[in-house]
Amino acid sequence: MTPRLATVFVNGSLIGLTAVTLFPLLWMLSVSFMPAGAASALPPPLFPETPTLANYRELFVHAGMVRWLMNSLLLAGAVTACSLAFNTMAGYAFAKLKFAGRERLFRMLIGALVIPGQVAMMPLFLLLKHLGLVNTYGGVIVPAMAGIFGVYLVRQYARTIPDELLEAARMDGAGEFRIFLTVVVPLLRPVLASLAVFTFLACWNDFMWPLIVLTDNELQTLPVALASLSREHVQDSELMMAGSVITVLPVLVLFLALQKYYIEGLLLGSVKG
Amino acid sequence: MSIPAAAWGFVAPALAVIGVFFLLPVVAGLGLSLTDFDIYALADFANLRFVGIENYVRLLQAPLFWQALGNTLYFVVVGVPLSIAVSLGAALLLHSRLARFKPFFRTALFAPVVATIVAVAVIWRYLFHTRYGMVNHALGAIGVDPVDWLGDPHWAMPTIILLAVWKNFGYNMVIFMAGLQAIPGELYEAARIDGASWWRELVHITLPMLGPTLLMVGILTTAGYFQLFAEPYVMTQGGPLRSTVSVLYFMYEEGFKWWNFGAASAVALLLFGLVFAVTWLLLRLSGRGASA
Repeated sequence: MTPRLATVFVNGSLIGLTAVTLFPLLWMLSVSFMPAGAASALPPPLFPETPTLANYRELFVHAGMVRWLMNSLLLAGAVTACSLAFNTMAGYAFAKLKFAGRERLFRMLIGALVIPGQVAMMPLFLLLKHLGLVNTYGGVIVPAMAGIFGVYLVRQYARTIPDELLEAARMDGAGEFRIFLTVVVPLLRPVLASLAVFTFLACWNDFMWPLIVLTDNELQTLPVALASLSREHVQDSELMMAGSVITVLPVLVLFLALQKYYIEGLLLGSVKG
Repeated sequence: MSIPAAAWGFVAPALAVIGVFFLLPVVAGLGLSLTDFDIYALADFANLRFVGIENYVRLLQAPLFWQALGNTLYFVVVGVPLSIAVSLGAALLLHSRLARFKPFFRTALFAPVVATIVAVAVIWRYLFHTRYGMVNHALGAIGVDPVDWLGDPHWAMPTIILLAVWKNFGYNMVIFMAGLQAIPGELYEAARIDGASWWRELVHITLPMLGPTLLMVGILTTAGYFQLFAEPYVMTQGGPLRSTVSVLYFMYEEGFKWWNFGAASAVALLLFGLVFAVTWLLLRLSGRGASA
């Protein structure tokens, strides 16, 4: 193949692949602006002839979309804030503070990473029911307040902190918690950003657990509400596309804004150390 | 305060959460799978009976469980290699020195990974609509008769596989790109001096050097694909003719529709055992491949 032809092939393939990748998302956006019924036509319309916000109005005014959006924001926000604090503290201690049994404990945690969440689901449901947390925000937030993967991610990064820095701070008479807040956390900022984006997106997109533990319509997150709406409104493609846009847009925007951290976290977490 | 004491203070909150809300339930799940926990026990624990391995025996005799297992294996066996092939192809294209606008392409190809699976399944259902879907329209343009994608038991699972590949390939693509960047450039220069073709470079340098990455990606993707749930829940509700009931979907129905927590726990543990066995097998096979 001549270099010129190879260039055409490589870039042509990339354009084709990207077109296939983006088409469903773009079409979703386009159809969400079509009036009811317009999308059920032949040939399938690419663009709305008379763009309208009626679907969004319907969802926000009548279907309770505001409430679900708030639920999703609140739950993802709370889980992110809480797990970030707990995982960072633990990850730092596993990396930099010596204590008896540290390595063994950490190996046990890593070993437990292979256990898929569903093994814990039924007992967890009973436990939360016993605690009165089923069908409350707490049912989603409390079990997610810390996670093995988050601890692992922070530990990997925290190991690069030089011991001399911590020793110097101790010489100055700073307590361990003060050192953590003033010396360690600033150094960990990149990995904290990664973990925050990761956790927020995972929590926002999570489906199975919120579906199980939040049965009240009022408490549901966007994905759960969208799934049940889509079962009721099988034929209302335009409405459902608007619902999908509202569900997907916040995470896509967040990803676009912070993708550097997201990708770095992904690579840090997947390269076994 | 001494350093060890402070350290315990730092790890305590996370360990407490992980211990109480994950490890404890895992152990309890093992116990629960040996009981006949059902909706009566949910009302009153006095109705709980120890039944030994009866749940497992009954599951292994249930045609529906085997069907769910078969569907899931179909999804894994076709979906994982396809996903990895697309990921690798995209990574090779993006890694090529000839590629332009790399950051744009990378971001665009990664976008489906962060998109909410439920929303994506809703979009897919419309895209593959028998009458008004764009896919059948495009196929019609090249003379293919409309396919009843989600209504035909033969086509429902392939449709879900296509969705999974589209949604997930960006993730492994990024990992492969990092792996490709780590391959020393001298290897390619030496090959070029020898006049090696693009294909020979791929087979003799790129793929062997990517070996460990491929293995890791293969294991993680397989483990992930065994967790199929949201796609059939939204797109097909397990149908048509239960052709898209996955093991996890089966567990969900058993546990949270019929409240048979004993049987559902047994399903979860069987799935875990299966994933564990497959992982072990992959590691062993690759170990033999590397030493041969």
